[in-house]
Amino acid sequence: MKHLRAMFLAPSVFFTVVLFLIPLTIIVSYSLRTRGVYGGVVDPWTIENYARLFDPLYGMIMVRSVLMSLAATALCLLAGFPTALFIVRNEKHKSLLLNLIMLPFWTSFLVRTYAWMFLLRDTGLINSALMAMGIIKEPLPLLYNETAVIVGLVYGYLPFAVLPIFSNLERLDKALLEAAADLGAKPWEAMFHVVLPLCAPGLRAAGVLVFIPCLGAYLTPDLLGGGKSIMIGNLIQNQFTTARDWPFGSAISLALMAGVMALLIVLIRRDGEEAL
Amino acid sequence: MRPLTWFAVGIYAFLHVPLLILCAFSFNSSRFTIWEGFSLEWYRQMFTDAQLGEAARNSLLIAAASTVLATVIGTLCSYGLWKKQAKWLSGSLYLSLVTPEIISGISLLAFFQWAFRHWQFQLGMHTVILAHVAFSISYVVLVVMARLRTAEPALEEAALDLGANEWQAFWLVTLPMLRPGIMAAALLAFTVSFDDYVITSLVAGVDSETLPMVLYAMARRGANPVVSAISALIFVGFGALILISERLQKT
Repeated sequence: MKHLRAMFLAPSVFFTVVLFLIPLTIIVSYSLRTRGVYGGVVDPWTIENYARLFDPLYGMIMVRSVLMSLAATALCLLAGFPTALFIVRNEKHKSLLLNLIMLPFWTSFLVRTYAWMFLLRDTGLINSALMAMGIIKEPLPLLYNETAVIVGLVYGYLPFAVLPIFSNLERLDKALLEAAADLGAKPWEAMFHVVLPLCAPGLRAAGVLVFIPCLGAYLTPDLLGGGKSIMIGNLIQNQFTTARDWPFGSAISLALMAGVMALLIVLIRRDGEEAL
Repeated sequence: MRPLTWFAVGIYAFLHVPLLILCAFSFNSSRFTIWEGFSLEWYRQMFTDAQLGEAARNSLLIAAASTVLATVIGTLCSYGLWKKQAKWLSGSLYLSLVTPEIISGISLLAFFQWAFRHWQFQLGMHTVILAHVAFSISYVVLVVMARLRTAEPALEEAALDLGANEWQAFWLVTLPMLRPGIMAAALLAFTVSFDDYVITSLVAGVDSETLPMVLYAMARRGANPVVSAISALIFVGFGALILISERLQKT
């Protein structure tokens, strides 16, 4: 068996090592080196790139990314919990309702983002409609701001919030609700004191599953935020293309990776590996 | 209706109305966002655009190649991990799943640039396919593993007791059992590959422009009904693919 198993694992080991672990190691080594005059990576070794992460100019982008991701995550949980509750209570159409949540997720991410550009831009549907109705004279600046980015993030990652909350709700013992009602709890009291606390693991998993891709988002802030509302992902891309500062771009990437991993480790420590 | 129902209706509308509006306006005869009349003009332009045609061909080719490779490699990997856990490998695969795309992209770019100094090759279709296989494997393992967790190891033991060798036990007993999982995994690998923009744009060469790359450039340039037409087609195409695969899995 050993022989067959080794043969089966060999290709994935090769791809994982050569196209994931080695590239990450290169990024680690670049993050500790110096930017060359023409944008290459040269010696000497330094920790200067990490010190620059605390530069207010870049620090601000990182803080803003965290705040925007938190806002998007909070909205996803607020929208996701009642939706999951609705699906659980509709025993008959459960799988249809779940599939409808997942359907946009199966569509191209780029297409979904473009749909919002189509609605929000100056000549977009919302502005055209409002102007045709005579409600406004000048188009409202709906696109290229932080609100547009947050809407795009919620739109993109809402399914990630609904699914874990749904599976948590489905595992709940219905008898607990009946017991709460028998003991005189009103439905909303039972919701707050029984369902919500028991749903905490699902909400935590949903929060992490939404927060992580939001924090690393690139396409959404790029297309819906324009140049002004950039996030960490855009900062990294910028360092590797226009700014040609690979060492600093590597340092930002690793800081982001560290944040993502810390979050996952905290969640797994708390709720176990099955949480995700 | 009860408040909860209203709320859910609102969420479903939020998820679906933007895409439906986009599809509807792809049939608008005006280039502006005012409805003027039904027209297939944008679809005609889409099908006659040479650049779009080549990009679509590239995307299909890349998605097909990386799906086949990633599905085979990922399935073998899942089976190996099911037989005996390898913490570092499943950990790395999981890590690659949660790594932000932009980081996977720039680290692959840095790796390829570094490799070019030692071996003579350039960015192109092959680097895109390699990158797509690399990130698709973890999706395949995730889906196939979920299926394997419900599998019964005793069936293979029975086959071995009855004289099958290990290969036969895998090929004739476990693999057929995994078929629905493998198909779901392949479908997922195909969609993530066909859809990827961030990683692809970083590791693509001059000859390997994909559909998402062209779509991205068109979307940035401003309102363009051809983008709506492509979007509608992708939306319907993926929808049909999902429906067909669900039918196949049920039978």
